[in-house]
Amino acid sequence: MLKDITIGQYFPGHSVLHRLDPRMKILLTIGYIVMLFTVSNPLGLGVGILFLIFAYAISKIPPKMITKSLKPVIPIIIFTTLLNMFFVKGDPLVDWWIFHISRQGLLTAVVMTIRIICLIAGTSLLTYTTSPITLTDGLERLMKPLKKIHFPVHELSMMMTIALRFIPTLIEETDKIMNAQKARGADLESGGVIQRAKALVPILIPLFVSAFRRADELALAMECRCYRGDVGRTRMKQLHYSWQDGVAAAVTVLCIGMVVVVNIFAPVVF
Amino acid sequence: MEPILSARDVSFAYDNYEEKQLPPIVLDDISLDIQPGEFVAVLGHNGSGKSTLAKHFNAILLPTAGTVYVNGINTKEEDRLYDIRQSAGMVFQNPDNQLVATIVEEDVAFALENLGVPPEEIRRRVDESLKAVGMYEYREHSPHQLSGGQKQRVAIAGIIAMRPKCIVLDEPTAMLDPQGRKEVLQTIRQLGGQFGITVVLITHYMDEAAQSGRVVVVDNGKVILDGPPRQVFSHVELLKSVGLDVPQATELAWLLRQDGYNLPDDILFEEECVQAIEKLLEEHHVSH
Ligand SMILES: Nc1ncnc2c1ncn2[C@@H]1O[C@H](COP(=O)(O)OP(=O)(O)O)[C@@H](O)[C@H]1O
Ligand SMILES: [Mg+2]
Repeated sequence: MLKDITIGQYFPGHSVLHRLDPRMKILLTIGYIVMLFTVSNPLGLGVGILFLIFAYAISKIPPKMITKSLKPVIPIIIFTTLLNMFFVKGDPLVDWWIFHISRQGLLTAVVMTIRIICLIAGTSLLTYTTSPITLTDGLERLMKPLKKIHFPVHELSMMMTIALRFIPTLIEETDKIMNAQKARGADLESGGVIQRAKALVPILIPLFVSAFRRADELALAMECRCYRGDVGRTRMKQLHYSWQDGVAAAVTVLCIGMVVVVNIFAPVVF
Repeated sequence: MEPILSARDVSFAYDNYEEKQLPPIVLDDISLDIQPGEFVAVLGHNGSGKSTLAKHFNAILLPTAGTVYVNGINTKEEDRLYDIRQSAGMVFQNPDNQLVATIVEEDVAFALENLGVPPEEIRRRVDESLKAVGMYEYREHSPHQLSGGQKQRVAIAGIIAMRPKCIVLDEPTAMLDPQGRKEVLQTIRQLGGQFGITVVLITHYMDEAAQSGRVVVVDNGKVILDGPPRQVFSHVELLKSVGLDVPQATELAWLLRQDGYNLPDDILFEEECVQAIEKLLEEHHVSH
């Protein structure tokens, strides 16, 4: 049952987006998000939406994945929409009992909803087209300058790698322990919240014990393979920017440029 | 020839016991020389100190008394630590808990990355090592998609990529099914034959030990027997008294000998046993 959980949302493929350098993808995604939150005009927002549609089209990720990635954030979207709708002051549209909806409120709500949807869809595209490990690699290399201020970049990325490595192992183990406890008559599925939480204790304790033992052995194995942090460490896989990264950057910068121009010259709507 | 691994009067006690209690001695005055190219099996029941000894050959543990030399380097020389670990690689029992990376080839590259080997050289050695253990086709798999035997072979590849002089395997087959055990053992034997790597195999499977060139039996932190398998396994009573078995063929021959049948005392493998019994039956036949 637990095996169905997939970690990360990577969608293996061979599209141009899959092949881009992870560093470039991360940077472009950040650029895109900043752009989303600085647009002040429907035209600019339209450019942002078109850009996203275009990106999804060339990534060959099925569009239904967008709805799937949006599902968990629907409550947040509804909440912000309602908040904006009812609490932004302006020219009243509806004024009934305690409900006051202004024209500005409605507009902000709509724009905010579109922004959040684009934000989620955009970042999901990054994780759909980049394997978690490549993403970790890209992040480590991007954040390298932070080492100068003693930010533990390498350590964090190592932790991330080990977590990714051991999540499937631990999930499998949890499954085994659950079955073992069920075989001993443990009831994991009925009862109230408190009872169910209590039923988790005999699962979590063996899991923790085993995780610590694993950590111990892994540390030993790493030591035996001459691990000493990132002192003098090289990497087998080097990251290289290719012409495709250049094109992707150019397209994105063009888009952002257009939005900036629209922001400056078109009337500020929101 | 200078031994590749050498323990001189090594004693060891774990010092994580409470102060008043005297820590129990785990290794008791062990001296052992292992020559380049040897295939040594180390036998001993649980808790006899095999793993503790193995960790001395990698400078994970340092002797309380005595000295350990790896490839001529004293393991107490801290600034040669990585030379030592590169000379004597180590493979552990649990295949799951020694793979670090999420992709097979990245795991094999791990040690080389730590040692600062240039990328192209890493690539070459990783491919070479994966081919040597027969896991090259799986280079882009993630470890949890592999069987236990395959994971253990990847772990071995990760060590031989360092091009060690010697490899110490601590019960590498203990958690595997018979198929995985066969694969791994075959790989281990290849290490000695094809690559000339010195192999120290800690095991509690007698048939694995029978295939080695030299068997060292450890009991209570002491080496009690050391020699070629035929010679070591001929001490059936002694082995049984320290809680160890002997290979099945040896045991059968021993039991028959106990009953007064005239069988040689250095039988190791089934075929030898069959032949010896056949010969005995023929003689029996002739004499009647
Ligand atoms: N980390 C440790 N701390 C304290 N005692 C230990 C530790 N590891 C092993 N021992 C003890 O040392 C003895 C030998 O253990 P070990 O070398 O693991 O034996 P083997 O591998 O032959 O089963 C055992 O009695 C064990 O309890
Ligand atoms: Mg052991």
